[in-house]
Amino acid sequence: MEFTRKNRQLLSRIATNDRHGENSPYFDGWKAYDSNPFHPIHNPDGVIQMGLAENPLCFDLIEKWIRENPDASICTAEGLDKFKDIAIYQDYHGLREFREAVAKFMGRVGGNRVTFDPNRIVMSGGATGANETAIFCLADPGDAFLVPSPYYAGFARDLRWRTGVEIVPVHCKSSNNFRITRAALEEAYEKAQRSNINIKGVIITNPSNPLGTVLDKETLRSFVSFVTDKNIHLVSDEIYAATVFSSPRFISVAEVMQDMDCNRDLIHIVYSLSKDMGFPGFRVGIVYSFNDDVTNCARKMSSFGLVSSQTQFLLASMLSDDEFVGNFLRESSKRLAKRHHVFTKGLEEVGISTIKSNAGLFFWMDMRPLLKEQTTKAETELWRVIINKVKLNVSPGSSFLCSEPGWFRVCFANMDDKTVEVALDRIREFVLQGKEENNHEADKSQARAQRWRKQNLRLSFSSSRLYDESLMSPHMISPHSPIPHSPLVRART
Amino acid sequence: MRLIVPLQGVVQGRGGLIFGSLIPCALFYFLQLYLKRHRSPKPQSNPPSPTTSSPKLAEMTRTSSRSNLFSRSIGQVRISSRAISIAKPNESPYYIGLDKASEDPYDRLSNPDGVIQLGLSENRLCFDLIEKWMSENLGHSITGRDSGELNINGIATYQPFDGTMELKLAMAGFMSHIMGGAVTFEPSQMVLTAGATPAIETLCFCLADQGNAFLVPTPYYPGFDRDVKFRTGVELIPVHCRSTDNFALSITALDQAFNQTRKHGTKIRGILLSNPANPVGNLLSREMLYAILDFAQEKNIHVISDEIFAGSMYGNEEFVSMAEVLDSEGFDKNRVHIVYGLSKDLSLPGFRVGVIYSFNENVLAAARKLTRFSSVSAPTQRLLVSMLSDARFIEEYVKTNKKRLQNMHALFVAGLKGLNIRCADSSAGLYCWADMSKLISSYSEKGELELWDKLLNVGKINVTPGSACHCIEPGWFRCCFTTLAEEDIPVVLERIRKAVENTTDLLNSS
Repeated sequence: MEFTRKNRQLLSRIATNDRHGENSPYFDGWKAYDSNPFHPIHNPDGVIQMGLAENPLCFDLIEKWIRENPDASICTAEGLDKFKDIAIYQDYHGLREFREAVAKFMGRVGGNRVTFDPNRIVMSGGATGANETAIFCLADPGDAFLVPSPYYAGFARDLRWRTGVEIVPVHCKSSNNFRITRAALEEAYEKAQRSNINIKGVIITNPSNPLGTVLDKETLRSFVSFVTDKNIHLVSDEIYAATVFSSPRFISVAEVMQDMDCNRDLIHIVYSLSKDMGFPGFRVGIVYSFNDDVTNCARKMSSFGLVSSQTQFLLASMLSDDEFVGNFLRESSKRLAKRHHVFTKGLEEVGISTIKSNAGLFFWMDMRPLLKEQTTKAETELWRVIINKVKLNVSPGSSFLCSEPGWFRVCFANMDDKTVEVALDRIREFVLQGKEENNHEADKSQARAQRWRKQNLRLSFSSSRLYDESLMSPHMISPHSPIPHSPLVRART
Repeated sequence: MRLIVPLQGVVQGRGGLIFGSLIPCALFYFLQLYLKRHRSPKPQSNPPSPTTSSPKLAEMTRTSSRSNLFSRSIGQVRISSRAISIAKPNESPYYIGLDKASEDPYDRLSNPDGVIQLGLSENRLCFDLIEKWMSENLGHSITGRDSGELNINGIATYQPFDGTMELKLAMAGFMSHIMGGAVTFEPSQMVLTAGATPAIETLCFCLADQGNAFLVPTPYYPGFDRDVKFRTGVELIPVHCRSTDNFALSITALDQAFNQTRKHGTKIRGILLSNPANPVGNLLSREMLYAILDFAQEKNIHVISDEIFAGSMYGNEEFVSMAEVLDSEGFDKNRVHIVYGLSKDLSLPGFRVGVIYSFNENVLAAARKLTRFSSVSAPTQRLLVSMLSDARFIEEYVKTNKKRLQNMHALFVAGLKGLNIRCADSSAGLYCWADMSKLISSYSEKGELELWDKLLNVGKINVTPGSACHCIEPGWFRCCFTTLAEEDIPVVLERIRKAVENTTDLLNSS
């Protein structure tokens, strides 16, 4: 339409480019779910949502607390006298009680081995806003950050879109369980330097999304000394810190810094209540930096994403309730552990393995045996089958920039126990069916293996360019992708 | 003479070859150096926005290490150039004054010598009404269930980032009501944000690229410098308005500013208006709205109309929304975007509720994605759906609010008049625009700031000086009166009197 084209010219580059990353298949899966959501009674054949890392497992505990603490909600008779002061409060420092409560909570989640300073707690619009704010403060357009892959699909938007900063993925391999090592960082850094890319820092997610693993002390120490050596920043996204459900325990970068020679001005933490507490709707993101200038800058930027004072007030009460918090964290771990166990055991029974993980709201599933060939194309085909035939929305590894095809992230926390059974049944059925088909093609497998090896060599090149914003291979865009009424509006992490 | 011969000797012959190859290389090298230096955006010279020197951060125990001492200074240099300027303590009196007032706030009983806050346009006049509503309508405020059963699943989980449809519906109804019912707002054209601040920033990200500019009539809300310029790299070009026509905007001035800016090579992407105006409080007439739309159409630019004070009318003039004018004439709607919020009209700045209302589908599509960074908190959305849907309450609230605003405005302005300080004609807002030019020692920004300082430190009242609002005439001050109770007005007047005791003009009543 001529008018639309002219219309689009009136818009900025940011408004019209694809750096928001929402055209990736990661978000395509939502459409299948949104148009046909599973319901145990009303729609038992619908798509089960397993691509959304939400944590409602302990909502009952929260509801109980809210009921028993009416003065925490300023909209109840008990809390009304506070209403005026809270409603008018828009200071970007944030309520003191809120900051203290969050600092205490973060300390608790870190096993009480670190004390967090409430004066360094800076608000932002969810973890999304926190990551973006950190980048705005640390880097200029054209700079780049090293990010170990596979990484959270939303980083493409959060780190790059409005900031103009680039991501340089550091690909990890399944051969060592996708562990990120200092050597890999060094190599990636040198390579970037040679290509004249200005690396401003490293972003790690610990616990990892999508792997669900935690970093050990030694590795964290090596990262801290790496960034100190190179004088670049380290942003540690710790939003899954309290979703650790078995050992080894979560270790914050703050803990590691305490007895190390390092440059504290380079270390920054991103936190949120969306995963640990299951409050993504509350939009509570935290930037915690050890660098005064960054803290000041981030605080000023927090005006663009302040947490509602009503929410601050509620959370200040809730998170200061030591007994409640202790009980919540314990219960949450227990329930996550149980859920994780049920799934991984169920998958093992049909020969599907997962990366050994002890945190997060998901697991990283190995579907390589089911791929026709070890290519991203085959992965995408398999994924479409899983969505459309098996009716499970899982997230393909390629949307996490994983260099090896065949891996899928499966979220397990956002459903009730009955749905878990249904999901497992569907997977079991699908896998067993697939095995049967494979047996029929046993004689062809040799030839396929040859092809796989050949293609594998070219693989890392093509998959790393796949999500270059200038490349949009047509088959990646879902034919149902509507603009502008895209359910991407409700894109979830 | 002495130069030419050796040069000739060098340039001709073998030397010529060397120079011939060296000079272009050198030039190329310097060109690269120049380009590299100018690649990143220049750090802003005016550190814009929010509050000044934050309280000194509690010192954390530092491990003494050589590398720490050595690299601390290097570490500071290597944050983004944006951050370097933003992190500096803010020198604008707007923010310094706000800080001072919040550190030592006046309270009639407990702190009668504190600083009276007249620099923050907050409306405390009608909290009793809201509290009353709360006490009568509790139970389903936070959870949305009438049965009294709590269900947090509906509010804790992920919500649409641009706001729930229920809230958009409620908001559309509310906006329509406060604008006199003359416009109907379409919920699907709405994007909700965490306050009007990110609404403005989001629109700037959508409508302009780094280095582009918006025209903005002066004097303007000091926060625009932050909202528009901070992270987007977009500039604001002032279009000066004068007291001779009560700070009304003129198309001639707009045109002049547009042409001048273009001559300097900067692209203008739109006009940013606040209507009702902040800090003056006057309204744009219907004719003026037409004229602005004509102008925008002619120059192919956008119009952002910040109508956040639309429900804070105290005058007799009629407020006309940009949306109303668009409805009636055949203007190109795709270039008009309206910003609104609940911070002023409903006195809920802490709750962070803002609105982008646009007729442009592409802008809406982009804005929706951008709300990922600044969404309204879900419990707050739930509470407001209840409140805004209560038509009877809203009607009573708006009526009472207007009456109380009228009352306070009349009292305050009359009080100032008694001190021989006149105010600009205004019909809306939570403030008045006072002319204290007769009280300043020199008719300049310096004189104005001296008076501001005296008012703040001697008089202990925080008002916003015109220079913070980029007013071209010195001596004007914005005084917000809605944070006061009636009894506080004589106190304020007395303090002003005391602060300017030595100025003879004040004592001469005319």
